[in-house]
Parts: sequence; C-alpha cells; structure tokens
Amino acid sequence: MANVIGTSVLRREDSALITGKGKYTDDLQPARMTWAGIVRSPYAHARIRSIDTSKARAHPGVVAVFTGKDIVDSGVPGVIPTAWLLPDMKTPTHRVMAIDTVRYVGEAVAVVVAEDRYTARDAAELVEVDYQPLAVTVDPEKATEAGAPQLYEDVPNNVSFDWQWGDKSKTDEAFAGAAHKVAIRLRNNRLIPHAIEPRATLAEYDDAKGELTLTMTTQNPHVHRLLITLASLGIPEHKLRVKAPEVGGGFGSKIHHYADEAITGWCALQVKRPVKWTATRTEANLTDAHGRDHVTLAELALDAGGKVLGLRVHTWAAMGAYLCTFAPAVPTILYATLLSGQYDIPAIHARVLGVFTNTAPVDAYRGAGRPEATFVVERLMDRGALELGLDPAELRRRNFIAADRFPFQTAAGLLYDSGNYAPALEKALAMVGYDELRREQARRVPGARAGREKLLGVGLSSYIEACGLAPSQVAGALGAQAGLWESAKVRVHPTGVITVYTGSSGHGQGHETTFAQIVAGRLGVDMDKVEIVHGDTSQIQFGMGTYGSRSAAVGGSAIVATLDKIIAKGKKIAAHLLEAAEEDIDFADGAFKVKGVPGKERALGDVVLQSYLAHNLPADVEPGMEMTTFYNPSNFVFPFGTHVAVVEIDPETGEIELLRYVAVDDVGNVINPMIVDGQIHGGIAQGVGQALWEQAVYDEAGQLLTGEMLDYALPKAHNLVSYETARTVTPCPHNPLGVKGVGEAGAIASPAAVINAVVDALSPYGIQHIDMPATSEKIWRAIHSA
Amino acid sequence: MFPANFEYRRAASLAEAISLLGSGAKALAGGHSLLPMMKLRLAQPAMLVDIGRLPELAGISRVGEGVRVGATTRHAEIAASGVLQDDCSLLSEAAAKIGDPQVRNRGTIGGNIAHADPASDLPAVLVALGAKVHLQGPAGPRTVAARDFFVDLMTTALGGNEIITAVEVPRLPFHTGCCYLKVEQPASGYALCGAAAWMRLDVSGQVAEAGLAWNGVAATPVNGESVVAALIGRVPDDAAIERAVAEHLSVAEPLSDIHASGEYRLELARVYGRRALARARDRARS
Repeated sequence: MANVIGTSVLRREDSALITGKGKYTDDLQPARMTWAGIVRSPYAHARIRSIDTSKARAHPGVVAVFTGKDIVDSGVPGVIPTAWLLPDMKTPTHRVMAIDTVRYVGEAVAVVVAEDRYTARDAAELVEVDYQPLAVTVDPEKATEAGAPQLYEDVPNNVSFDWQWGDKSKTDEAFAGAAHKVAIRLRNNRLIPHAIEPRATLAEYDDAKGELTLTMTTQNPHVHRLLITLASLGIPEHKLRVKAPEVGGGFGSKIHHYADEAITGWCALQVKRPVKWTATRTEANLTDAHGRDHVTLAELALDAGGKVLGLRVHTWAAMGAYLCTFAPAVPTILYATLLSGQYDIPAIHARVLGVFTNTAPVDAYRGAGRPEATFVVERLMDRGALELGLDPAELRRRNFIAADRFPFQTAAGLLYDSGNYAPALEKALAMVGYDELRREQARRVPGARAGREKLLGVGLSSYIEACGLAPSQVAGALGAQAGLWESAKVRVHPTGVITVYTGSSGHGQGHETTFAQIVAGRLGVDMDKVEIVHGDTSQIQFGMGTYGSRSAAVGGSAIVATLDKIIAKGKKIAAHLLEAAEEDIDFADGAFKVKGVPGKERALGDVVLQSYLAHNLPADVEPGMEMTTFYNPSNFVFPFGTHVAVVEIDPETGEIELLRYVAVDDVGNVINPMIVDGQIHGGIAQGVGQALWEQAVYDEAGQLLTGEMLDYALPKAHNLVSYETARTVTPCPHNPLGVKGVGEAGAIASPAAVINAVVDALSPYGIQHIDMPATSEKIWRAIHSA
Repeated sequence: MFPANFEYRRAASLAEAISLLGSGAKALAGGHSLLPMMKLRLAQPAMLVDIGRLPELAGISRVGEGVRVGATTRHAEIAASGVLQDDCSLLSEAAAKIGDPQVRNRGTIGGNIAHADPASDLPAVLVALGAKVHLQGPAGPRTVAARDFFVDLMTTALGGNEIITAVEVPRLPFHTGCCYLKVEQPASGYALCGAAAWMRLDVSGQVAEAGLAWNGVAATPVNGESVVAALIGRVPDDAAIERAVAEHLSVAEPLSDIHASGEYRLELARVYGRRALARARDRARS
C-alpha cells in the first residue's frame, strides 16, 4: 500500500458538514430545554445602582431571572480566571456577572431563562438596570496618560503589567553607535474574530448524579473544564463534562473561558432543566475576545553596509476591560520572542505595557502576538531598505541567519532549531517575476503622477513563527499556569480497527483526516479502519486542545509516539509467535517480519487478535492493545517563508487592488498538501483583511461602531486573488514527523506583505508608512498631503 | 437576530394591502431592507403586510415613452431584463451591482427605494433618469418624480398607507450611453459613492441630453443636473467633463461616518462623476 502521508486525501469531515448533517451546539434540542438571554451593559463604564427584574419575571414564558448577586449568593467561586501570570501583573477580579460596576459594552449584568429564544430576548429587554455612567477610555496609549479615566482603583494608569524583554543596555549601545537609525510608529489594528459559528453552550444537569454536562464551542474541552471547576462554577472536575460537537471555526476565540458558558451552566443548576445560549452575531462581536490592538514605537539600528545592529520596541497593548484567559502571554511571550524574525540581530529589547481599556477583552487571535511581531520586523526592514537606498530583498539577504548556523540562539530568547531562509525568498521572487515588476513599477511612475496610470507596489514579508505550543517547562517559566504537552490514546480493537483518542480538539482543521493519515501511514492499514475521536472530556484523557498551530507538531507527535508503543508491543508478541528474537523483528507494510527470512511474518491484525486472546503471550506482556502517550515537545517549531504581495493604487482616489499574492512557506514535512494549502489560503485572506479592511472601532464613549458585518469589513472572495503558493521543506529536527505548523502562517505573513506593497507603491510621494487598515481614504490623504 | 413580535398577513389584493397599512404595519416585499432592521430591533412593526405575490406589482413592460418596472421586481430580473438592457441600460447595469446574488434574487426595486438608504444603488439612477414613482393609496393612484420622492435620510414621499406600485423609467434613444460606477463600502458593499450617468450625443457629437446623479454622498441622491446643463450643446471631451463636474458639483452636507469622511466622499463624487460621464460618452459614441 502506498503511504498516505504526504498525499492530498479528501477531508473525511466534509461530506457530513456540507450536506448539513453535522451537529453543532445550536442544533441540539434536548427535551424540556430552555433558553438563556443575557442582559448586557449598554455602557462602556458605569456603576450599577440597581437592577429591577420584576417586569422580566412577570413576562409570560419566563422561567427565571438572575443577577450577579444571585450567582455570588449561590456560593460558587464566580470568577473568570487568567491562566497566564506575568511578574508584578495586576489581575483585578473578573466576575462571571457584574455586580456593582461594568467596564465594557456587552458585559453581562443579568440573565433571563425562558421557554424559547424569542421570549428570552423579549424579557431581557424588560430587565431594568439603573446605571451611573463613568468616564471612559478606549485607546491603550491614552489610557496610560495622566488624567485618563481609571478602570480600577488599584491599577494606577490602567497598567496591568510593564514587561521588559531582552538586553536593554546592549540594545541602547547598538543604537548609539549605529550609522543609520529608522523608526516607525504604528498601530496594529483591533480585530474581531468572526468564526462562522458564534459561541454557544448547552448546559444539562443530571440532578441524580450531580453531574453537569456543557456541550459548547470550545477549542480545548479539558482546559475549559479545569477553569470552570477551579474558578467559575466550582463543580468537581469529575462531575463536569465538557463536550465539543462540531465546532465551526475559532481562530483562537474559542480557547478562552468566557462568562457566558459559566452563566449558562449555573442557570442549569438553578432551573434543573437544560439551558442553551447561542450568541447572536452582535453578541459575538461585543464579547468574543478581540485580537491585536497595539500602539508601537519600533526602531531599527543598521551599520553603513545594511547589517542590522539592534531593534527595540515600545508597545502599548490593549487588554480590554479584564485579563482574558491567555491574554497576558499574547503581547509579551508570543510577541517579543519573535522580534528577531529571520535575521541575525545581535541586540533586541522590548518594553510592553498591558493596558486596561473600556473595551471587550483582547486575547489570542490567529497568530497571537506573532503577526504583531512580524509586522514590526518586516515594516522595519522595508523602512531600513528605504533609508539605505537598498532593495528590500537585498537588505533581507544581508541579514538572514545563514543556513549553517542552526540551531541558532536569537537575542529575543528563542533557539531556532532549523531554517534555511534564502531559498524561500529567492523562490518567491522568481515566482512573482520580481525584477520585471520593479521595471514595470518604475515605468508607471510618471504616468501615475499625472493621474493617467495606476501605481504599482511590491511588498515582501519574510516571516517566522514559533508554534507547536509548547515545551511545558519553558511555558511554565514564562508564566503559563498549564503544561502545553498533548496526549493520545490508541486503541487497536480485536478486529484490527483502530480508535485514536486525541487531546487535540479540531474545529475545522481536518484533524480526523490528517491524524488518520498518520495512523494509516505508520501502521500500514487502510484509513477507513481508523477513527479519530476528539472533543469530549468523558471520552478522552486530559488534553490541551487546538490552537497555536500545535495539533500536527504536538498532537500528531503524541499519536506517533503511541503508535511506536503499539508496534513495540506487537514486536514482542510477534517474536514470541514466530519464535524469533525481538530485535530480529521488523515492522513494515502492516506486518511483523523476521529479518532476512522472507515469508516468515505475522500481520498486524493477527498479532492484535492474539493480544486479546492472550492464549499465548510472552510472560511479561499484558493482554490487549491500547497505549497512551503524553507528549511534551522539546522546543517550539519554527515555520518560515516569504510572501509577496503586488498591489495597484489609483493615485486619484487611493483605491487599492490586490493584483497578485505569492506565498512560499516552509512548514516542514507535509501530511496533507491540500489541507496545508487550505490553511495558507485562509490565513492569507485573514491577513489581507487586517491589512486592508478590518477594524474594530470604538467611539470615545466606548460604543462598538463595528458590531455588525454591515460595518466590520471581512475580506470577500471578490476582493481577493488566486494565490500562487509553493513550499520549501526543512523538516523539524525534534519531532518524529518532521512537521512544523501551518494554521497561523498565512495570517502572520500577509499583513506585512500587503502594507509593504502599499507603502512601496506610494514611495514616489515620499510616504514612509500607512497604518492598517490601509483604506482608500487614508491613502488618498497621504498622497494629497505628501 | 430575533425580531420583536409581529403579525404577518399576506394581502390577496392591492386594495387589501392598502387597507392593512398604516398604524404600525409595514409592507413586506423582498425583505432585504426591512428584515435586517427588524432583526436588530431597530424596526419593530406590529404587522407585516406581504405584498410579494400581488400580480399587479410584478413585471417589466414597455409603456408609451417609458418602461414600467413593477415594484416587486427583483434586482436580478432587472439586471437580466432584455427590455431594460435595450431601452434603459443604466437601470439594469446598476441593479447588477447591488449586493450579491442572494440579495439580487430577493430584493425588489420598490422595497429598495421605499427604504431610501442613501448608500443604496438605485435612488441616484432613478433621479439621473428622471424616473417616475407610481404610488397607490386609499385615495387612489398618484405619481411622484424620483427627484421629489427621496425626501431625507431613510425618508420618502410615500404616505403611511401608500404602496409603491411601479417605477417608470424613460426609453433612452439611440446614441445614448449609460454608466453606473460605484466605490463599495468594504463591509456592506453599499455605495460609499455611486455615480449614475447617461448621455445622448447629436449627429455632430455634441451633448443633446444627459443625466447625472450620485448615491452615498448625501442624505438623498445628489442631482447633477447643473453639471450636465453645462455640457449640453458642447463636445464632451475629457477636459469639458472635468471642468463641468469641478465647477458644478456641490453638496451642502456630505455624509460622514467611520467608512469615509464627507471630504473624501466629495472627492470620490468628483472623480467618479467624471469617469461615469466619460464612459457614458464613450458608449454613446460606439
């Protein structure tokens, strides 16, 4: 049988999903189910003077109405926790439901439980809350200034943490002696995740057993269970079941523990009936953890020959009104450690202020810190090239970490295990026809300045990411309150079919296909005999879930390690049955074979059956064929590549058209090329969206002006192009598959590629930077003030 | 996403529909303007009167000097209509640029203009064409010129118990070119600025007749009649068009929001007004 690893097997998930047979949380309708309607603050900052629920209670069809005080009075812990702690970080209490103060529009203040979802919404409008509005601050930099409104009495200047990374004095020295220094002040725009399925929770309480089951939109059921047990509901871990049915995308937004699932679960305990809550799109946009929202001053020091000497950043990172689950890690550990990019930069220093603002909490969103870092580094490289009069590609070449220097310790604290950056750049340049584009660009400039022709711009982004989160010891040393290993259990049934229980929790990535390919390839069995089970705490050993481009590198490695245990046990049994020494047994093509003796072999299925019969096993071998592994990676993995965007700009109106997009990625060995391409495509679309259109806008009063898709501009098919993709392959040296990660790469690389292209197009006007999203009006203004 | 309670009635006749309207009832045709507002609870009508199946409101036909487009005609039908493509292609060209295929398959011309969203595509087209809007109410039918129909932001001359029955656009003669251009608001696809232009040239290549109007720039369509008046009797070369737009485009209170400032919208109006006229001219010549 040909090895299925490395082939574009069609996704086994898709048939059910695209024919509407997949069951999502909102599809489930247990008997006697009720609906929760959550009452949310219309103010960004206010004291709650009183809450009157009497009208809502009297509304026909209402089962119960609760406030934050009811939750406190019930004796549960009632807190939404933060699971990443930085030194000296201020972590104000985040209650499941506000009691005396609300700090962002959308914060929960009461809940109605009703017989149907319409009644729940109607009655929620009847809850009367008397608010005393307070002063509001929404900008992470302004919130730290003297006189800014304060979210918490004990958090001066709204600064949760003032965090530093790297060697400040060495970096300052590098700048002091540098021939060239460039600086950019940039804004990394706030984004709203927009998973196609909004968050939802169905809570079912078994009063006889004292067990609560939460079926919900989660990327990590065990993590949710742990946080709910420890911090919000206090139900013993073994009496709480968290299940993920089909989950329609997450992009990070379904990692976090939110108030809504705790409220829904708590309501089920009170009313002793199933309770469901499904976010409307408006609720999702108000309450899903947003992404990015940085203000950054970034500087680069170079010598006369274009060698980078140092890089420093000062970033104000919005945390929103409360610290979300992994929020403190995103603008710190996942950001500053990537500031070396693909380059040999001897001195790096970052200072990051984590700042409270009267906005929705901010947390991991596809890329989580790494797009922000890539944007800083890649904008600085272009800015440096402009300063030195060098082609942007040439400045990158001069600073790449050479292929013979791996493993490479960066000044930003990571040990890059492998890499070979120049070939990806050169391949991307060749694919796009770089030299010809540069000639065409120059040809157009006079006509464009006369308004007759469009400007052409070419932008590079040579990105790196650290994913495969994460070596647990490192994560722990940096503040994680959890390990970041992954688990797998492989059960080979007596008939030879196989069930894999993975701690990864797919929500659109194609785990059921990719993982089955790994098993089929390793064991030499047909994929149809392999079932992948994920997303249920009652079926699966503790697992850490799916995010941070970790599922293949960490979850897949856990499966491989477990398959190796299966093979090792099989060898013992086979050796016994074949009357050969164990070390003389090879496993290949689905059979245990005695080396050098053709035909003397036992098929895997035969050996497995013997393991269950246990009539004739070696003395030291237990019956059965089931193994478990908790795999702790020894390092991150480091995918890289170069993306090239080509844009056209109408100099009269500032309108941008994306003409071409070339992506050369190195994600190590590839298990399913089609799925890898799909991830790259989706990531590029999200990153282009950030660069050109997407922006969560809060007004001065803290009202979200982009709460609907009418105003929040997601990328659309007709705005995008057919991507030109290719790969180089530099396998990861420290995991058994040699895989890296691909889930976030596109979103990490593309914002910088697009903005570099836009700024490049505008270079005839002396324009040095355009903030995201690069709207046509921003460009028009830049041209007309140049 | 969950509207407040409302009653639903399907009208069996136009007379019945009119009798049900007023006092909190709204007419429902394609539902593409009203239902989103209801789902956000920005609109909470007590009753919806479904007029979607009334035959007298449907269809496209030539009538005298014009083309009558029934109020419940879908955008997709308008875009695909051979009659309109032949006789008034400005309307079919603009209808093809509304929303996406799903929207065009459900949304209707009557519902579109009754909603009077300033960023919608059809209002300026109708103003530029000098179209008529036919209404029917308890007192009988009446006709309002498109330029008088759009009164203010989301506000029309339609009475509370009146229904739009049809829109009538002129049949444009030979040697007429049309063009509708728009800059999309990137989230909604509505017009940040839409420019609707048509132009008829006489045998000497001078402008005999023309129309121009803009969507998205102000609370109601901006009528470019003074721009085209400056072109009548002249050869519309690029310089003449540019000068006419520059000298005669004026908007008292341009719209301004998070997607574009008033200043930028005016700039788009200037550029796209010019481009739409130039393309209409080129099409008139060909």
